[in-house]
Amino acid sequence: MNIDSIKNGIVIDHIEAGKGMEIFNLLNLDSLECAVAIIKNASSNKMGKKDIIKIDDAIDLDMDILGFVSPAATVDIIRDGELVEKRKMSLPEKLVNVIYCKNPRCISSCEQELPHIFKLTSESGREYRCIYCETKGK
Amino acid sequence: MRSVIDIKDLSKEEIKELVSVAEDIISNPDKYCEKCKGKKLATLFFEPSTRTRLSFEAAMYELGGNVLSMSDSASSSASKGESVADTAKVISCYADIIAMRHPKEGAPLVAALNSNIPVINAGDGGHNHPTQTLADLLTIHREKGRFDNLTVGVCGDLKFGRTVHSLISALSRYENIKFVLISPDELKVPGYVKNIIKDKNLEYVQTNDLVSVMPELDILYMTRVQRERFFNEEDYLRLKDSYILTPEKLVTAKPDLCIMHPLPRVNEISVAVDNDSRACYFDQVLNGKYMRMALILKLLGVE
Repeated sequence: MNIDSIKNGIVIDHIEAGKGMEIFNLLNLDSLECAVAIIKNASSNKMGKKDIIKIDDAIDLDMDILGFVSPAATVDIIRDGELVEKRKMSLPEKLVNVIYCKNPRCISSCEQELPHIFKLTSESGREYRCIYCETKGK
Repeated sequence: MRSVIDIKDLSKEEIKELVSVAEDIISNPDKYCEKCKGKKLATLFFEPSTRTRLSFEAAMYELGGNVLSMSDSASSSASKGESVADTAKVISCYADIIAMRHPKEGAPLVAALNSNIPVINAGDGGHNHPTQTLADLLTIHREKGRFDNLTVGVCGDLKFGRTVHSLISALSRYENIKFVLISPDELKVPGYVKNIIKDKNLEYVQTNDLVSVMPELDILYMTRVQRERFFNEEDYLRLKDSYILTPEKLVTAKPDLCIMHPLPRVNEISVAVDNDSRACYFDQVLNGKYMRMALILKLLGVE
């Protein structure tokens, strides 16, 4: 299967297999005018299977979402057809409107337009808690 | 702007300083009677609590300050649908400091993030109640003279009891504290509170038998099973009488046990216990006022 290589844009590589569509949706990539390709279940020496997203434009990416959904992912920045930068992800310290608090007693359940903010409370356990009520994010 | 939403917002050093100021207020009340002259405290209570509100208001009056009080959310703009964020912005224009109680967890944090004056959390749902914890800490300090080397029993509703969560969080920072968590299975402490104890490598036991652990306790902190925290009336009725402290149950307790309760009590401590010299819960009420005075002084930057 061939996907045209991109000249100026971004390749999100090493996405955990099956997470590609979730990232596509969370990053709102369907709103882009440029060409976007999702490759599912590509073979990978390291991971067995992986997903890849290619974006044919140098957009600003929300690295926090990416780091949260697929911390093993890498972001390749392509300029004039050359790989100029490779970024590795890490778990973000804070998530804003990525996951939502489900606690009906939390102020975020009723306060108008209040951002749902979660803080990383355990890196090893990949645990995030709501800053308002400290409920664990799921 | 400095606010106190969670007891963890105050360092151990700051708690020591607040205890020391509170003890000085107790010894020299006249020295403090005009410290907050010209300052206004807004008490915003979106949930009924006469006791905590009056404690804050008494604290401010005894510092020579004034009080703007909102004690009935039905008559406030909240009933018209105003957000907590907007309420905080508006009240910031009138007052110098806010004390807020709200049924929703995290509401005082939202207020603090949206106001340019200090906000004190006066209780947010079943979550935190830091000034009750300050009252508890002053009581422990006055009774025991220390915050370390204590076996602390907490009994009753450990799931929704915010006073218990804050107290555990505060005492976990001291050395050689052992927690004895006494509750029915349905009302055990939430995971995040247990994690606080585990993270500090402190010893703890969970039990539903108060009598068997009584002899080892230095402090027994009783709580009420609160009707307002239950979505289901049946569950409340089934659990409300789980633990009732009576003189008979205290027979094996240490002679210097400190019996505490954040009040109001319903029936979880028999009135007969009130005459026991180990009962400290009414002292706790008074200590709460002194600690609130110390906290108001600190957050307003009054020397």
